[in-house]
Amino acid sequence: MKALLELSNVGMQFDTPKGSFEALKDVNLKIADGEFVSLIGHSGCGKSTVLNIVAGLLHSTDGGVILDKQEVTEPGPERAVVFQNHSLLPWLTSFENVELAVKQVFKKTKSRAEIRDWVEHNLELVHMAHAMHKKPDEISGGMKQRVGIARALAMQPQVLLMDEPFGALDALTRAHLQDSLMEIHAQLGTTVIMITHDVDEAVLLSDRIVMMTNGPSATIGEILDVKVPRPRDRLALADDPTFVRCRQQVLQFLYEKQRKVEPLPKRTDAETGAVRKRA
Amino acid sequence: MVTLTFPTWMEPYRALATGKVSRDQWQALMRQLLWPVLGIGLFLLLWQFAAQRIDTSLGQFPGPAQVWEQAGNLVSEHQQSREREVAFYERQEKYIAARLQQQPDWEPVTRDYTGAPTFFDQIGTSLITVMSGFLLASMIAIPLGIVIGLSSTVHAAVNPLVQLFKPVSPLAWLPLVTMVVSALYVSDDPMVSKSFLTSMFTVSLCCLWPTLMNTAVGVTSVSQDLTNVSRVLRLNALSHVRKIVLPSALPMMFTGLRLSLGIAWMVLIAAEMLAQNPGLGKFVWDEFQNGSSQSLGRIMVAVIVIGLIGFLLDRLMLMLQRALVWDKASAQR
Repeated sequence: MKALLELSNVGMQFDTPKGSFEALKDVNLKIADGEFVSLIGHSGCGKSTVLNIVAGLLHSTDGGVILDKQEVTEPGPERAVVFQNHSLLPWLTSFENVELAVKQVFKKTKSRAEIRDWVEHNLELVHMAHAMHKKPDEISGGMKQRVGIARALAMQPQVLLMDEPFGALDALTRAHLQDSLMEIHAQLGTTVIMITHDVDEAVLLSDRIVMMTNGPSATIGEILDVKVPRPRDRLALADDPTFVRCRQQVLQFLYEKQRKVEPLPKRTDAETGAVRKRA
Repeated sequence: MVTLTFPTWMEPYRALATGKVSRDQWQALMRQLLWPVLGIGLFLLLWQFAAQRIDTSLGQFPGPAQVWEQAGNLVSEHQQSREREVAFYERQEKYIAARLQQQPDWEPVTRDYTGAPTFFDQIGTSLITVMSGFLLASMIAIPLGIVIGLSSTVHAAVNPLVQLFKPVSPLAWLPLVTMVVSALYVSDDPMVSKSFLTSMFTVSLCCLWPTLMNTAVGVTSVSQDLTNVSRVLRLNALSHVRKIVLPSALPMMFTGLRLSLGIAWMVLIAAEMLAQNPGLGKFVWDEFQNGSSQSLGRIMVAVIVIGLIGFLLDRLMLMLQRALVWDKASAQR
């Protein structure tokens, strides 16, 4: 397997007032071009930290990330991020939000007309062409997340990083967006890393599911290949034996092998992997 | 498509006109009309009652009726002054024309009318002065606030100074500003008077701070998510400020600007009194020095006008804020 993206011995220590906290240890992962990979684990296990390191928003204290033979040192549009809370600029319309990204990435290579077409094309891809000129306040949470995805896709990233993209949405909207995402992935063949809490979502969407152990010193516990042929249909899959087995394996990992120990420790910024303000 | 609808606050009046008023609308009417009118009425009664019991060396303290009378006087004085002005120019033109007829090689000399400024002229002067001072302050405070918000180093360096100068009263600045203006603004043909500059700078010095602080806070509190977006897009420092920081900080900035304008208007009156800038402040001072039996009534008119203009300026800023700021919730009141 030729890896597009490689994480080798990634470790992360955070300095906290109570001394050093090891969030991640020895994370090794190779991801092939066009692959859809989910990261799953209990909250506080460092999934977001992994994603932020790949994004370049955090710098690992050990090891490193290589994308297409180049080490990741800073954030960039070739590793576009879809944030959990959409993070659209509230004073811009959907069109303008996507346009900001497109202008930034393609201002030297595309003409003004091409830029406009490309923005519209990406909004059509996520089925948001009808509300292009609305501001984030005027559209629903699901629609905002669609625009967030359009913005990320419009950068033509080598890897699309999604941080619990559908976590804040209701179940029906989530299902719609999952179907859209599968459609887009089939169409564009983008490499995707997605963080999720949702076992069904992980199995439905992924080629591989990366299951993380509980922190501190969290690392990859198991990796599951989901050998369900595409295109996948959520209704047909409900009784599919492979799907059901995969689902069980993830559940077993989460609730038997890595059962969260109560009482839950108080989460700090460091443990949830939140990126702090740049100085 | 344009549809004509009544603003929501007007709905109850429309209902009143058609005779179908719902319970909620009655409540709205009482809230908007009845209670304010009752409040003002009660205030007028109290004022009248109290005024009758205060005897000053300038006669009895003016009640609402006397103040109303003086307001009328000020209006008619203004009209008379305007008539005199028109008459003056007419006379001058006639004189020039007549003399030119007799003496065709004469170079006509025109003179400006030099009557004392009326109450309304003084309002105009005050508005120009306050706006100049406010604009100057904003031009300093907004860029400086952005820099302070962006850099914790600059913030640490400037903050003690801001905290020190923020509470200083305009009266303390004024002598210093007067002397500095006198020393530096030396011109044979001055474009604006020294008293105008003194008042303007004093206003600027005093109203700078809310805009400065609010802009800085607005810039500091740009959401982490939006900063991350900016990082992923690799926006350079200037684009980051222009596309992310400034729009985010705009609601806070406007809150600061509104506070600043309010302070500017308050400071202006004191500054004009002492700097003898021909505005409302000077009007109050002159009336006080004048000490006629009408003076207190006229000062009271000025007080009410000052309040009204301050209120209108605030509404103006609010309208501007609503028009320009994306965050409508921040511009509710």
